[in-house]
Amino acid sequence: MSLLELENVHSYYGHIHALQGISLRVEEGEIVTLIGANGAGKSTTLRTISGLIKPRHGSVRLKGQDITGLPPHQIVELGVGHVPEGRGIFPRLTVRENLEMGAYTIQDRAEVARRMEFVFGIFPRLKERINQKGGTLSGGEQQMLATARGLMLKPHILLMDEPSMGLAPVLVEAIFEVIKTLNQQEGTTILLVEQNALMALSVAHRGYVLQIGNIVLDDTAENLKKNEMVRAAYLGVK
Amino acid sequence: MRRLLNATVLIEILRPLGQIAVFVAGAGLILSALMLGMAVLLRGSTVDATTMKNYGVDLFTYTLVNLPQVLIDGVTIGFVYAAIALGYTMVYGVLEFINFAHSEIFAIGAFVGVEVLIALDNSGRLDGIPYTMAYFWLFLAVLAAMVAAGATAVAMERIAYRPLRGAPRLVPLISAIGVSFFLQDAIRLIESLTTGQFHRIIPTFGNFDQQISLASLYIVGTKIDLVMQVKSVIVIVSAIVMVVGLNYLVNATKLGKAIRSVAQDRVTANLMGINVNRIIAMTFLIGGTLGGAAGVLFALKFTRIDPFVGFFPGLKAFTAAVLGGIGNITGALLGGLVLGMLETFSGSYLSVFTMGAFGAEYKDILAFAILILVLIFRPSGLLGEQVGQKA
Repeated sequence: MSLLELENVHSYYGHIHALQGISLRVEEGEIVTLIGANGAGKSTTLRTISGLIKPRHGSVRLKGQDITGLPPHQIVELGVGHVPEGRGIFPRLTVRENLEMGAYTIQDRAEVARRMEFVFGIFPRLKERINQKGGTLSGGEQQMLATARGLMLKPHILLMDEPSMGLAPVLVEAIFEVIKTLNQQEGTTILLVEQNALMALSVAHRGYVLQIGNIVLDDTAENLKKNEMVRAAYLGVK
Repeated sequence: MRRLLNATVLIEILRPLGQIAVFVAGAGLILSALMLGMAVLLRGSTVDATTMKNYGVDLFTYTLVNLPQVLIDGVTIGFVYAAIALGYTMVYGVLEFINFAHSEIFAIGAFVGVEVLIALDNSGRLDGIPYTMAYFWLFLAVLAAMVAAGATAVAMERIAYRPLRGAPRLVPLISAIGVSFFLQDAIRLIESLTTGQFHRIIPTFGNFDQQISLASLYIVGTKIDLVMQVKSVIVIVSAIVMVVGLNYLVNATKLGKAIRSVAQDRVTANLMGINVNRIIAMTFLIGGTLGGAAGVLFALKFTRIDPFVGFFPGLKAFTAAVLGGIGNITGALLGGLVLGMLETFSGSYLSVFTMGAFGAEYKDILAFAILILVLIFRPSGLLGEQVGQKA
């Protein structure tokens, strides 16, 4: 049984048929990446998994349990963390409050404190900024905060939407380093959506290639990196 | 960690108290200085002479002698506006939607509170009771009003606003106006079926109408007794409790953080596991209970209520919320105090300074002239964030 499984999922934005039968699975402990051009349906896939968009057909299963059509706050409680595109930092909440919101579903205060220490271990910079408002952080710090916030509830699976967007190359490296560490040391399962396909494929175990709402290719990251079509279309290699 | 927590709790309680003190003192000083300055400027003018003829003192003395009482009255009415403005600002902060029916939530609070007291009065429970019991019954009436107003606010959100959540902004606004009329007529219907009269008067009991003598001042040879009705003290104290309580709730509790998260980014809040619909309902509940309590306080202060009692205070509280910066609790407080004082100042001095050409009845014009000026020159309000600024 896979940790996360999508079967023939169709999602719409109004009349736009954004996902046209997506099937994919993520196993426990994996990093899986979705790559594809703008508008291919990568973010829509993540938004469908976390319940922000209700699919018209198909099913989403978490550990075998059907979670299709559940409201987002219930899906979060089942252990799906979502680091949204554009980070979604609460600009007028402090770093501490942003992190506390990430642990909203955890009732035990001591556990929240432990989780906060844990994420500060990964992102010491956030600890320095603990009382600063989220909106005053730099782009890189905001991405760290968004990722840290996603980790606050110790998710079974972390959905990450474009973590490298708008970041300087050195920060992109740092973020991907964190993704790798999380996966290797904490065993966090990650479903990663990226435009930076090269980076994504260098940390992922497996990948899916999306084109206009369909999965056109799935393979191990190694094989995808060698694939002619992927190299030409997404890695910028002739 | 615990000590740190207690420190934040203390700060969240002390900070609004400090703000209240600063706002009251600041607005009071500025307006007083303005009035006295005008009196000095007009020294020797016809205005001065007319005042001399009518009151037997010159304009400056007249202004100075009346000042303390005007300030006390202004602060009282200011707190009433602030208490109502909290409801507008809470809902706006979360939904960016102006709940025009909040004035009727206020009216429902006033009616429920007054009817409870009238019922108690009719059953003889308010006759010659000791003051402690009087306060107990008043507290009970406020509590009943809060429950009724809160419940109405939640039902209103569920029925008239939530189905329109995704609609263009104008649509829920129109729905709010509809709800406002509906509730007004509902009050009229219920009152005409049960009591047969629309005008209700709060029973006289306890020591609420007593005057407390605060101090006697001697200003330029005139003795002035500074007096304040007990009920004004009750209004001020209750409003301060409401502001401090709400500030604490919003800034220091988990529910408050959830409310702020939903206000800032509804989708992300949802992704944090926050049930957004529940939080929005809670916001209406909080705003509604505060409005209900404000309704009883208003009835206590002004004695007589009717089904349209919410209209003017509601409109002015809305003005206060916009003046302070809508969506901002501190702003609602500041706006309420400034507006209350402005209104009392103009009510007391306008007629003197214009030699009777404009009487006290023009004070409402001033309130709305200010609303227009604020909207023109500072649409985000005194404490509001700049419009269009996105962090």
